Amino acid sequence: MNFKNFTEYLAWLYYQYLLITGIYVLEPWEKSIFNSILFSAIAMVIYTSYVFVPIHLCLTLQLSVMMQNYL
Amino acid sequence: MTESPATKPANGDVCQRVKNGLKPDRNGLLKSLHRCHEQQPKHHCHPEEEEEVHAASHHGSLYNRSFIESFEETPMLVAVLTYMGYGILTIFGYLRDFLRHWKIERCHIAREKEEQKDFVPLYQDFENFYTRNLYMRIRDNWNRPICSVPGAKVDLMERSSRDYNWTFEYTGRVVHDVINLGSYNYLGFAENTGPCADSAAEVTIKYGVGVASTRQEIGNLDRHEEMEKLVAKFLGVESAMAFGMGFATNSMNIPALAGKGCLILSDELNHASLVLGARLSGSTIRVFKHNNMQSLEKLLREAIVHGQPRTHRPWKKILIVVEGIYSMEGSVVRLPEVIALKKRYRAYLYLDEAHSIGALGSRGRGVVDYFGLDPCDVDVMMGTFTKSFGAAGGYIAGKRELIEYLRSHSHSAVYATSMSPPVVEQIITSMKCIMGEDGTTIGLKRVRQLAENTVYFRKRLREMGFIIYGNMDSPVVPMMLYMPAKIGAFGREMLKRNIGVVVVGFPATPIIESRARFCISAAHTKDMLDRALSVISEVGDLLQLKYSRHRIQPSLARPFDNNVYEDIDD
Ligand SMILES: Cc1ncc(COP(=O)(O)O)c(C=O)c1O
Repeated sequence: MNFKNFTEYLAWLYYQYLLITGIYVLEPWEKSIFNSILFSAIAMVIYTSYVFVPIHLCLTLQLSVMMQNYL
Repeated sequence: MTESPATKPANGDVCQRVKNGLKPDRNGLLKSLHRCHEQQPKHHCHPEEEEEVHAASHHGSLYNRSFIESFEETPMLVAVLTYMGYGILTIFGYLRDFLRHWKIERCHIAREKEEQKDFVPLYQDFENFYTRNLYMRIRDNWNRPICSVPGAKVDLMERSSRDYNWTFEYTGRVVHDVINLGSYNYLGFAENTGPCADSAAEVTIKYGVGVASTRQEIGNLDRHEEMEKLVAKFLGVESAMAFGMGFATNSMNIPALAGKGCLILSDELNHASLVLGARLSGSTIRVFKHNNMQSLEKLLREAIVHGQPRTHRPWKKILIVVEGIYSMEGSVVRLPEVIALKKRYRAYLYLDEAHSIGALGSRGRGVVDYFGLDPCDVDVMMGTFTKSFGAAGGYIAGKRELIEYLRSHSHSAVYATSMSPPVVEQIITSMKCIMGEDGTTIGLKRVRQLAENTVYFRKRLREMGFIIYGNMDSPVVPMMLYMPAKIGAFGREMLKRNIGVVVVGFPATPIIESRARFCISAAHTKDMLDRALSVISEVGDLLQLKYSRHRIQPSLARPFDNNVYEDIDD
């Protein structure tokens, strides 16, 4: 596929997303429910990883340092 | 007076010839068969190593031409995504059902009445759920009214829906000249001009449109007799008889041929009419895998070795029921092998040529002609006039005794009104045209044109990278879509570009194998096919339908079941 510009490409991507998930056939309000659930889930995953992953990493690091000292 | 199949004399005069009994020579037969298969281990045991070219090399004696049939496997990722799509749609279906149940939204479809609340639910099974929540959403792709003859091009009535396909409104406009890839108009006889239409019109004036009586009373016209003689001549058999409806030909004649104590071996993808007929007959039905001769042979052997369940008496009759071209799969029956098996095990063969008559073979005489076989090897030849001949109705052809037996015993022969004379005339003229009896070569040209179009269309689609099912010579071309949303999207996008296609999903196909089915016609010109192909390619790119992983060369076969074979060997 050749696209004229980036927006067209995005529109195509969104169309593929509609087709693959099957929500192409849904009514608009159902589509928006699905999208909002999916995107909020993704947002939450990203947010939690942003908030908690550094802490977890710190803890793991500390633990391994402690273990090494202990041994 | 209705005679139920069970009370009928078990061996009607047609069926005297063969009994599938325990005969001393049976072992000999089995052995010879066994050897015969050991000589061809390549074909049955290592199908995955080669392209499935069941050519002369494997069944030298059986096939006189290469038999290339492909069913490319569903790519894993696509299968997973398809199930995911159905999963998501099912969840939304439950949501909508929930809303309807609590009367938050209006229910447009039939449901239990208030006073039926405590009875067994009528609308809660899966098919109803599917219709309500999946089919309805893309219903605009089906049941489209047309307003012209369904030839190579067709005019559609434009319609729109404001409530997401629950109701439709006609806008009053007509979509003109949609290229028709959906009609079973194989030889292009669906015309409203030309010799067939003219003579049908003439006959209408002379005979009227019908006599409203059965053939056995006063509905028998000279045209009917002429048509039956012509059908028998066309097929190269002794005798034939015609019925006004193809579906009833199957569903009413199988019960006349088989009854209690008979065994029907039926292909798993047989048409609903054959299934209905087999069930109505009251015989035992066993189903073999689609076009899989090992599976059929296994069932035949078991039937002969074990006989009827419990009593172990031999089956009165064994009837193998197959179709010429399978309309959903585009596959052609392995007739030479079926006939070899039928002869070896002394079974009867019922061949439904609904799609293959006219569409296959160098002279347009169906699968028997395609494989160059003797029509007398097929005990019951059935077919319809609905497809290639552009008419309506069905026929049964075979030995004279068979037809005479059916004339007096078949329900649809006794009770149905006789065929309408203009329809009969259409059949006669189109059949004469195919046979060249009208003094032209138009018919032969159409048969050739169809074969050419088919090969061209299939080759191009395969080159583009679509997954195409079926035999390379079959004018039914199923193209896989898989995902539920793509069924709707494909139909709509094609129609937007003025091509009419048929898209098929569950329940006509397995749930993940949704497809579009193109029916090639002799009436399609090269230009139309090229235009259709370029549009299909364009839409294929838009919807990402080019799933095939083997480009150009014929793809791998549907894997054979080897274990079917192992347990008979010892
Ligand atoms: C294999 C087969 N048999 C029988 C029929 C029924 O024929 P008719 O449409 O003439 O009733 C069909 C039609 O779709 C068919 O595909």
